[in-house]
Amino acid sequence: MGILRTFALGGIHPVENKLSANAPIETVPVPKQAIVPLGQNLGAPSKPIVAKGDMVKVGQLLAEAGGFISANIHSPVSGKVLKIDNAIDGTGYKRPAIFINVEGDEWDESIDTSADIVSEITLSSKEIIDKIKDAGIVGMGGATFPTHVKLMPPPGKTAEYLIINGVECEPYLTADHRLMLEKGQEIIIGTKLMMKALNVKKAFIGIENNKPDAINHIRELVKAHDDIEVQVLKVQYPQGGEKQLIKASVNREVPSGKLPIEVGCVVQNVGTAFAVYEAVQKNKPLIERVVTVTGKAVKRPSNLLARIGTPIAALIEMAEGLPENTGKIIGGGPMMGKAIISLEVTVVKGSSGILMMKKEESSRIVEGSCIRCSKCTYVCPMGLEPHLLSKAAKLGNYEMAEDEAIMDCMECGSCHYACPASIPLLDYLRLGKLKVGQIIRNRNNK
Amino acid sequence: MDNIIIIAISALGGLGLIAAIILYFIANKFKVFEDPKIDEVEEALPSANCGGCGFPGCRAYAEATVKAAKEKGSLEGLNCPVGGNDVAQELGIILGLEVEATEPMIAVIRCNGSHANSPEKVDYEGVTSCAFAHALYSGEGGCMYGCLGLGDCVDACDFDAIHMNPETGLPEVNLKCTACNACVVACPRDIIELRKRGPKDKRIFVSCINKEKGAPAKKNCVVACIGCGKCEQVCKFDAITIDSFLAYIDFSKCTLCRKCVEVCPTNSIHEINFKPRKPKPENQEVLPPSSEKAITEKPVHHNHNKE
Repeated sequence: MGILRTFALGGIHPVENKLSANAPIETVPVPKQAIVPLGQNLGAPSKPIVAKGDMVKVGQLLAEAGGFISANIHSPVSGKVLKIDNAIDGTGYKRPAIFINVEGDEWDESIDTSADIVSEITLSSKEIIDKIKDAGIVGMGGATFPTHVKLMPPPGKTAEYLIINGVECEPYLTADHRLMLEKGQEIIIGTKLMMKALNVKKAFIGIENNKPDAINHIRELVKAHDDIEVQVLKVQYPQGGEKQLIKASVNREVPSGKLPIEVGCVVQNVGTAFAVYEAVQKNKPLIERVVTVTGKAVKRPSNLLARIGTPIAALIEMAEGLPENTGKIIGGGPMMGKAIISLEVTVVKGSSGILMMKKEESSRIVEGSCIRCSKCTYVCPMGLEPHLLSKAAKLGNYEMAEDEAIMDCMECGSCHYACPASIPLLDYLRLGKLKVGQIIRNRNNK
Repeated sequence: MDNIIIIAISALGGLGLIAAIILYFIANKFKVFEDPKIDEVEEALPSANCGGCGFPGCRAYAEATVKAAKEKGSLEGLNCPVGGNDVAQELGIILGLEVEATEPMIAVIRCNGSHANSPEKVDYEGVTSCAFAHALYSGEGGCMYGCLGLGDCVDACDFDAIHMNPETGLPEVNLKCTACNACVVACPRDIIELRKRGPKDKRIFVSCINKEKGAPAKKNCVVACIGCGKCEQVCKFDAITIDSFLAYIDFSKCTLCRKCVEVCPTNSIHEINFKPRKPKPENQEVLPPSSEKAITEKPVHHNHNKE
């Protein structure tokens, strides 16, 4: 096999803790009440088109895209719209959501609910993109960028490679891993569909070396397709980052502040590929997703297929309850996920995991002094100097922070992880990004 | 020997003279005319360089005022918050303009979600910055409008006028406040407002900016404004308006009658520096400010007395 590919700069290797890697995907029962937030994607929130008291079926359109970078939202359950009101989200802020009281489980007639795999691609490129747009598919890796926007390169730019992200470099998370094992064929068809939509000749599926079963399974499946290649990657965090994956698979570097299309690449998650398959071949909009529920004290770490709008309490129940000494619940993985403030929060399109951390794991170590060891600089995958940027942000020198390319930071948290003095470098970097972002926006508005 | 000294002196003197003549012409050629009034105005300013006026320092403000006086003939929109009315009048004399009298203002913290009133539901371990915490989550007490208590306003203050109270976890403004607006800008949640200082520092304001409905607002904080409208009904001066479940007292209309404070069911309306109430609230007419004595410098939060 030779030397495995990976990205060039920095990177760390945290303990993997993939506790739920062998847990098959189970389906969460439909909840009694579904709370579907309107702002589930990056960009503009969606606009509701149903009203209080309306009866909806599974897959019926609830809200339509509120702008160019926005996505449709479909009903994940059937029942009566109770109200459109504010609901708490993971950060504790109240944002508009549609509350649906569930009655039965009646699906829209147009959705193909049979288990057969439809592999024949009959639609044209434009039709595929339209279907993806109608189905409200967003990036399932967690960034929730509307997929159809990514599949339509701006004029003058053409895509050369499609890269399917099966890296799942976050510790603990196994949703994509299980999806590759259980829905491999569908993912391949989804990849084919996106290749047709983008009109690219070559696709790579990047998988890290710690998932040999998934690598073998997908390899077996792509044997019939010359234009899809499985790329085995060295285990290294944050390989799942778009720019890192492009560097690792095709050895191209995305320029600062630019999108992957600049170097002729489009990156999509395996979860997105699966959702694309379901939308195009089965006419099924994005109404459910696989969520990993895990943690060291969790009795039954699981991978659960949950409808959007299911309260996370129901998912934790499936994993046999909240452990007693839980100190923190994180939405997403331990590196990039964010702490969840309440169990009333529901599953959204971007929820990839629910991680329950023990009290002793979750509290922060007291911040020490910087000893100029340069470990943060060494591990930064974007080639930044986190110690310098954090100081600049702390002291309010935003001009310097901007000059030193703070906006290139993708908040992977490698610097904070590597820091021997436990300085919350990422917190300061986020603060700096926030302020510099405001300054740049003000400047552009002038 | 003498000859050499004379040659040296005359040579150097000659060089100096030539240089002086050249410099004189250059200085004349590139002379920048500056209105002498700018210096005068700058002299009259407090020289705090706080930026409260919106200009980078007192000099820039002085330039702007002189320019405005020349071009527009008024100082509208140009206000030195630190100097207040006195400085404004002085500038009027220097620039030969009539300047309207302004009332002294003070920063007011419109949140009373102390540790006791809004118990903590989550622990925050991130960096000590309100701007960061605001982007991250709703707050330890759960109120998405409330004070985060991390002290961005304290850092912003150049006048030592605002401090955190460790007991309540809320900032408190003292009389050193010059109403320079720095804390108002620093607060990511717009909790701080500049209000009229009031006669003898007496003020009445709604100490809450929660725009949620009553029940969810009360869930997170016992002193939240629930928008019940009782204060609006009782106010004879149309000073109180309710917008999205939140009362707001217009300080230009308020006569400090204190009726609203009494009817507020959640104690979210605060009165500061008033005499303690008599047991029987009979005399609720507008009190003439001159008959009152300033009671205390420390703001008395009404509901704190009850705790």
